[in-house]
Amino acid sequence: MKTGRSSEPIWWLLFAVGGTVAAFLVPVHIAVGGIAGPAGWIPQAFAYDRMVGLISHPLSRLYLFALISLSLFHWAHRFRYTLAEGLRLKASWLPIPIACYGSAIVGTILAAAVLMRL
Amino acid sequence: MSPYYRPVRFDWWRKRRAYTLFVVRELTSVFIAGYAIVLLLLLRRLAEGREAYEAYLQWLATPGMMAFHIVALAAAVFHSLTWFSLAPRAMAVRIGERRLQPRTILWANYAAWAVVSAIAAWMVLRA
Amino acid sequence: MTSSVSSATITLEVLRYRPGRDQAPAFQSFQVPYREDWVVLDALNYIKDQIDGSLSYRWSCRMGVCGSCGMMVNGTPRLSCAAFLKEYYPATVRVEPLEHFPIERDLVISLDDFMQKLPAVRPWIVRQDDRPLDAGEYRQTPAELDWYKQFSMCINCLLCYSACPVYELEPRFIGPAALALVARYNLDSRDQGREQRQEIAAGPDGVWDCTLVGECSTVCPKDVDPAGAIQRLKLSSALEWVKNVVLPWGRR
Ligand code: SF4
Ligand code: FES
Repeated sequence: MKTGRSSEPIWWLLFAVGGTVAAFLVPVHIAVGGIAGPAGWIPQAFAYDRMVGLISHPLSRLYLFALISLSLFHWAHRFRYTLAEGLRLKASWLPIPIACYGSAIVGTILAAAVLMRL
Repeated sequence: MSPYYRPVRFDWWRKRRAYTLFVVRELTSVFIAGYAIVLLLLLRRLAEGREAYEAYLQWLATPGMMAFHIVALAAAVFHSLTWFSLAPRAMAVRIGERRLQPRTILWANYAAWAVVSAIAAWMVLRA
Repeated sequence: MTSSVSSATITLEVLRYRPGRDQAPAFQSFQVPYREDWVVLDALNYIKDQIDGSLSYRWSCRMGVCGSCGMMVNGTPRLSCAAFLKEYYPATVRVEPLEHFPIERDLVISLDDFMQKLPAVRPWIVRQDDRPLDAGEYRQTPAELDWYKQFSMCINCLLCYSACPVYELEPRFIGPAALALVARYNLDSRDQGREQRQEIAAGPDGVWDCTLVGECSTVCPKDVDPAGAIQRLKLSSALEWVKNVVLPWGRR
């Protein structure tokens, strides 16, 4: 039995906050933006000018940044353990966490970059 | 005289229904990440200008993306339901001397979920 | 009620393993009388007394208190003294030793791993100050008792370890019952040992291994809810980490 502390609290916290944010917000986003919008039920809502107007507000950018980044970290943590449990590898075997959290970090940087450009 | 070690099973998640549901619950995160990428693309196309954005909207309306979003919605709702039912177990909220009943926390979560969803939808839909 | 003694029988398939004789465990079938009020343990006792005296298994209290009679019954970890035959009759009942543990003999598993982990989490009241005995007892209000009582009901039956796929994959994982005891003592108003337990509980084999499958709590015969205990330990450890790392000037 090993003792001592690890970096796990960071990843778990990001996972927990991300899971909560996703639980509250992702269903309504998919329903409105992914289904109702493309199906043409709300034609004017997704017009280009309107979208640009919505996103020009700093708060909506912060909101989208948090939503994207935290959702990715939520996935990274769960996927890391699912991979380990599914493939019978150790969850602490470094390539798995690096690939999972690394993807989430890349996604976070991309989101920050595009939001600053907008 | 040595004890016998039973072999580790690779299909452990099929042994019990609860294990299968657990794996499904964990894999909902794949759809949540997938949707995060769709959102990220939306922002990039918006940044590229009107034409790129309109092409993006048409891409969303293709049958493949429609199907993805319908499955992703089911996955996301499953994530929300399981998340809210598990969250009260991490929190022990004490009011005065009494511990708040997990059921109360659960229903508070559902109510908050409804309110938050309504606000988010209103933000996008208001004319 | 002699009338309830009918000629009905039920089949038990019992996993047998005799070290030194058997290469690997194998099932053996036994026909035993079926009684409405019999539990799986009664059927095993019947086999041992009437059919095959060499069958080995553990039991003691026959009333769900001692925690020694855990077995897999039709694939689910159960106390065999609390698993009634009528739940399964007329189907066959499959009895196996608790999963994820080495088999010592027949239905007897090796407890060595748990016996090492148990003292490591210091499941007793730890004090910084050593009060002399004549200073009296440490007092506690009913509300303070209530705060940890659920986690103190554990009978060390290890059903939760048999239900935990993480423990199967990662046997170093401290596991549900031992971590529930960490919560039990950390939440006790008389205890001051949280820091010491944290080394193990939040260490590399501690709570972070848990993915909240939740089956440990489902199978627990005492409603201890080890999964909930572990979630609470994760949350408090993570918040403590924030305090110490993000705000190093905070609590020192
Ligand atoms: S927590 Fe429950 S299942 Fe686990 S050893 Fe204790 S009583 Fe048994
Ligand atoms: S014999 Fe004691 S718990 Fe079953």
